[in-house]
Amino acid sequence: MKILRELLFPLAAVVAAFLVGGVLVALVGDSPVRTYELLIGSALTWPDGIGYTLFYATPLIFTGLAVAVAFRCGLLNIGAEGQLYIASFATAWVGIAFAGWPAWLLVPLCFLTAILSGAFWGAIPGVLKARFGAHEVITTIMMNFIAVALASYFTQYHYKPQGDPILETVPIGEGAHIARLGRFIPGFPERIPLNLAFPLALVVCLLVYLFLWRTRWGYEIRATGASPAAAEYGGISTRRQIVLAMSVSGGLAGMVAINEVLGYRYRYYDSFSSGYGFTAIAVALLGRNHPVGVIISSLLFGALLRGGLFVDIFTENVSKDLVQVLQAIIILFVAAEAMFRGPFARLTKRV
Amino acid sequence: MLELRDITKRFGDVLANDRVSLSVTPGTIHAIVGENGAGKSTAMRIAYGFYAADAGDVIVDGQVRPLASPHDAIALGIGMVHQHFMLVETMTVAENIVLGIEPGGALALDLKRAGARVRALSEEFGLQIDPEARIETLSVGQQQRVELLKALYREARLLILDEPTAVLSPQAVEDLFRILRGMRAQGKTIVIITHKLSEVLAISDEVTVMRDGRVVGSRKTAETNAAELARLMVGREVLLRVVKPEARPGGPVLRVRGLSLKDRLDGISFEARAGEIVGIAGVEGNGQTELIEALAGLVERKDVAGAIELGGEDVTALSARGRKQRGIAHVPEDRQRRGLLLDFDLAENAILGVDERPPVAVGPGRVWLDREAIQRRAKKIIQAFDVRPPDATLPARSLSGGNQQKLILGREIELPPKLLLVAQPTRGVDIGGIEFIHRRLVELRDSGCAILLVSSELEEVTALSDRLLVMRQGRIVGEVDPARASAGEIGLLMTGGEAAA
Repeated sequence: MKILRELLFPLAAVVAAFLVGGVLVALVGDSPVRTYELLIGSALTWPDGIGYTLFYATPLIFTGLAVAVAFRCGLLNIGAEGQLYIASFATAWVGIAFAGWPAWLLVPLCFLTAILSGAFWGAIPGVLKARFGAHEVITTIMMNFIAVALASYFTQYHYKPQGDPILETVPIGEGAHIARLGRFIPGFPERIPLNLAFPLALVVCLLVYLFLWRTRWGYEIRATGASPAAAEYGGISTRRQIVLAMSVSGGLAGMVAINEVLGYRYRYYDSFSSGYGFTAIAVALLGRNHPVGVIISSLLFGALLRGGLFVDIFTENVSKDLVQVLQAIIILFVAAEAMFRGPFARLTKRV
Repeated sequence: MLELRDITKRFGDVLANDRVSLSVTPGTIHAIVGENGAGKSTAMRIAYGFYAADAGDVIVDGQVRPLASPHDAIALGIGMVHQHFMLVETMTVAENIVLGIEPGGALALDLKRAGARVRALSEEFGLQIDPEARIETLSVGQQQRVELLKALYREARLLILDEPTAVLSPQAVEDLFRILRGMRAQGKTIVIITHKLSEVLAISDEVTVMRDGRVVGSRKTAETNAAELARLMVGREVLLRVVKPEARPGGPVLRVRGLSLKDRLDGISFEARAGEIVGIAGVEGNGQTELIEALAGLVERKDVAGAIELGGEDVTALSARGRKQRGIAHVPEDRQRRGLLLDFDLAENAILGVDERPPVAVGPGRVWLDREAIQRRAKKIIQAFDVRPPDATLPARSLSGGNQQKLILGREIELPPKLLLVAQPTRGVDIGGIEFIHRRLVELRDSGCAILLVSSELEEVTALSDRLLVMRQGRIVGEVDPARASAGEIGLLMTGGEAAA
């Protein structure tokens, strides 16, 4: 019953967003029904639709968890984008520098690099906040620009293959590759980039859940987020929790590198992220900053990303920006929840 | 003047007012008493047109008046001063008073005329408020008087005051009562909502007692006494006096030497021994809060000078956690902000402060929380301290103030402590809860714990303490024997002999 109530509002927000989106589609002169058929249908075909939906959902799970963990500590991490870029470049660099190493050594090393470099990039705003009170929203946004610029610079001037017109690094060693799921699932082609990072993401969700609700670190992070004054009273060092939460958050965002670099492109590819770090805020918001919610909303947003491409191609007037419009409306509805809560609660109570 | 007849009001499943009938005689001070949640405020808000009653009539001057909003009530000469003031901090007294009914035309605001009237009213009723003063420069007591002025300016004949003394120091309460008596002499009618019996007896002419949404009795104040009122309020016999055996103090537990904190505390030295309650009296804002927080380790350590010893060990350099581990428990003054994680359930609140140690934290590095141990601890506290409702899965927010306090006290006593720092233990707690908390504090003392008690209720601090220190302007200005010293004597120390402000 409690779970049902938790789900009810996000669900209502999604339905409402689709209704408003439908009106917009009709206004620009296309059929809402056909557009949504395309949007949802193309995301659910086997194997391509489902494969790509899950593939797009993977980075969203990692970044959504990142935002959720920071939020549980009362922090708004807008820097998941920068954290995943730094981690991706660092991971690619390790994959290039130690290209000759065997997989059993190189894969764990690359995993570790992804997590630690992301954690490092996340920890910086954490330390700035804990030490000097610098607001994390400002610093994480700034750190995004630095991260993207640094990665581009090194790619352009040091790690780009000679004469390559595309801004990308040389490939990583074969030993750093992780398997695509096509290798394990009969009838699922290996050309679909869905890889081991997806099941890993699900495992990480479970780990984050255990971390937040079953360990004292998680308790102290949540206490800090719920009431810093009460946390201090309880002997919790809120400064340490802020740094810890931002590090964990950055590490989670950094794991996007496992999907992108080790499982998909096998190199660092400049501006590969379609704003995963920002969509993550919507993912966490819709998922109520809970790991299970993050999985569900990541799947939804993954499906929208996949379906958006088809809407773009196969409708007259609707572009894939429809997806962004839907996202925006969902966020608006979720953010306005408090406004709706009163009448909504009364409504559900009477039933 | 005002009569409620069979007023019934329901909020969801809660019956807040159940056929409430009461009658306020013109030119009197009428007290409405009851425990938290008895329905006092609801009844008065209905009389003020703030809520609409589901059934029943509001009768003003003998006529049934349907009140659609406070505007209607104001037009009938009813004013209300809420517990939380509704003033714009950055504006002047006069500006606040005319807010909503500005004199003059649409463009020219005639503040001069308003100011003159405010001044005249202030003088008439002895309020001593300067209409030009900005709200943020006024004390809480003065702000309350601005609220009174607001009602008087709107020509209120009946004033309803909702828990007016909850925010006031003992001196300010005296001032307020003086003002209220003056108003009565000028023909105003006053309704005062409170749960403090001493105040009812001190100020009112008539009293209506409410319990569980119903009126359980109406008396002439002169014909009743505290014991009878308490019995009506709680529904059973209540011990109003603190009963405690003679203290048998042991060795010193806490030793404070020359403790200073920036400009808030100045060279404080004292001792607290095992098995005694050391009370600290003082007008609020004279460093009591800071003293408690400094002892608990909740202030910036670089701002602290002096030494704090616990059981012979210097704990001055220790963090809040280090001190808690050595047995300093703390019931904070602001229980909602400091003492509880309001959105967390009771179980998670029951381990605040002990989440890092066994039996709560288990496994390698004591990283894992033992859920069963947490539940056991929560259940134990809930049972031993009669926290209601006894459900560890409820959020702390859903408890009443008294039950929140019982949960905190239970948690801190469960530590177990060598020294308990306790500030305003019964603020906002109803009579039944006060009796319970007082008894527990005395029991804890008798088990050999040292207790440092801060309270702005002079009665409470003198009744509970074995020794009483008086603080003023961040210093300890004297020690008195609480059993012998009179309230006047202590008050003189508290204010430094100056006239009560």
